[in-house]
Amino acid sequence: MQKTKTYVSDTVSRLKPSGIRRFFDLAASMEGVISLGVGEPDFITPWSVREACILSLEQGYTSYTANAGLWELRKEISDYVARRFHVLYDPADEIIVTVGASQALDVSLRAILNPGDEVIVVEPSFVSYAPLVSLAGGVPIPIQTSGKHQFKLQPEQIEQVVTPKTKALIICSPNNPTGTVLNAEELAQIARIVEKHDLLVISDEIYAELCYEEQYTSFPAIDRMRERTILINGFSKGFAMTGWRLGFIAAPRELATAMLKIHQYTMMCAPTMAQYAAIEALQNGAADVEQMKKSYRQRRNFFVQSLNEIGLSCHMPGGAFYAFPSIRSTGMTSERFAERLLLEEKVAVVPGHVFGVSGEGYIRCSYASSLEQLQEAIRRMKRFLERL
Amino acid sequence: MKLTEKEIEIVELLEKNARLPIDTMAKMVSLSVSEVEDIIRKLEEAKVIVQYATIVDWRKVDGHEGVTAMIDVKVTPKRGVGFDEVAERIYRFPEVKSVYLMSGAYDLSVVIEGRSMSEIAHFVSEKLSTLDSVISTTTHFILKKYKHDGTVFEQGDQDRRIVVAP
Ligand SMILES: Cc1ncc(COP(=O)(O)O)c(C=O)c1O
Repeated sequence: MQKTKTYVSDTVSRLKPSGIRRFFDLAASMEGVISLGVGEPDFITPWSVREACILSLEQGYTSYTANAGLWELRKEISDYVARRFHVLYDPADEIIVTVGASQALDVSLRAILNPGDEVIVVEPSFVSYAPLVSLAGGVPIPIQTSGKHQFKLQPEQIEQVVTPKTKALIICSPNNPTGTVLNAEELAQIARIVEKHDLLVISDEIYAELCYEEQYTSFPAIDRMRERTILINGFSKGFAMTGWRLGFIAAPRELATAMLKIHQYTMMCAPTMAQYAAIEALQNGAADVEQMKKSYRQRRNFFVQSLNEIGLSCHMPGGAFYAFPSIRSTGMTSERFAERLLLEEKVAVVPGHVFGVSGEGYIRCSYASSLEQLQEAIRRMKRFLERL
Repeated sequence: MKLTEKEIEIVELLEKNARLPIDTMAKMVSLSVSEVEDIIRKLEEAKVIVQYATIVDWRKVDGHEGVTAMIDVKVTPKRGVGFDEVAERIYRFPEVKSVYLMSGAYDLSVVIEGRSMSEIAHFVSEKLSTLDSVISTTTHFILKKYKHDGTVFEQGDQDRRIVVAP
């Protein structure tokens, strides 16, 4: 008998393909493109970390680890989170080593959602949040932040969308794509609303190491928030380890135990060699991270000031490695702007709307590129704008 | 001399690339062009910034391949002036690129560049060994420079990242 139906589930059929994909295909087919579209560090993983991985392979550490990750690594993570972010988690049953922050997000959502539960997603946001909520059977409820507030979530916005079905709120500071950082005061205001409505918070702090403001505040460090927060972090951005696929979850025991159930059936454990490398990163990587951060900060200062000079107004982002300038002055949509900039001047940026409706009128430029590339990109963008 | 964070940043940037345009540097450290110029002038006057030099891969230039040697030198220090006097006598030779006082098995480490091995051999036997306070020398020729003053000579530094990523 002939195949007559699709075997693909309704949930997956309904998922929209990522808007970034189209740009990727277009940019990849062209020569001489300066890409400001890359959401990852331009540094190679520090040598001492790579070397630790090589050593682990030479010594033959190639088997599975405990489901939650190597005990030694979990202890290091626990110390690191305590030292850097001032929150205590028991390495025995409150920390899980995951396959990137990506899997950490997936496991978190699947562990908490009943069918139809709502999860508030603060947009513009990392492209995976809403699809992951849908895949876990939940309903993503977007909140649109505004350039007027430097894309900072206004606590009353939560009140406007909260329903009896709201289960959780995902926040991300420093943010991808806006670079916006929420300070202690702003987080405390969010905490008050979260508490009032008894919500869980998934705090994606993958860019925490790349915060250029005086003080970084981790959400679970806010009064009484630890018990209602799943903290997600990892090695991809701060330690320049995207390809290693290593992240972690820190959460109160009950939640961590639930997440570990999913993790053990779906993943067994994170890659062993990457876990050995991560131990080295946490024990001896601080100076490397500091160097990289300094270099991003210098490039941020240069790039954002230059954007403003050529007429693309851009707030100074407090963290990550993204600038999110407004292109409204050109009268074009983000999509059109990005496409023409790519075709006419060979500079790839990501149109803001792929990160949510409120990203329309903006473009995301990653400044994790060499200074020379950034200088050339600014020259090309200036020429492009002058021609309009 | 105590430097501010930003002054240190400027020195570090110049150390990596002495030709970095001032206006670019000014943006990077969030200062005005004239502030950066003042800082650089001050650091030059104080000899914190000693010189702007260029790292050259002479192997690529025909007829200029050259030879570099590191020479371990044992000397008898002199009363009153210690090692300084003999060090000065050595570093005054223009072919001597650096001279360091070392801890350990020998006293002075001398780096010398010449056009050929025999030129260096001549320097060691005629100039260096004959100095009064020099007791012995051990010469090591450099066969290949992989990294010099923080710069890797042959680098596969192409960007391996995909063009657009979330
Ligand atoms: C906000 C945010 N969260 C999570 C991730 C995924 O990180 P990982 O490489 O650890 O899976 C990214 C990567 O782009 C990100 O920008």
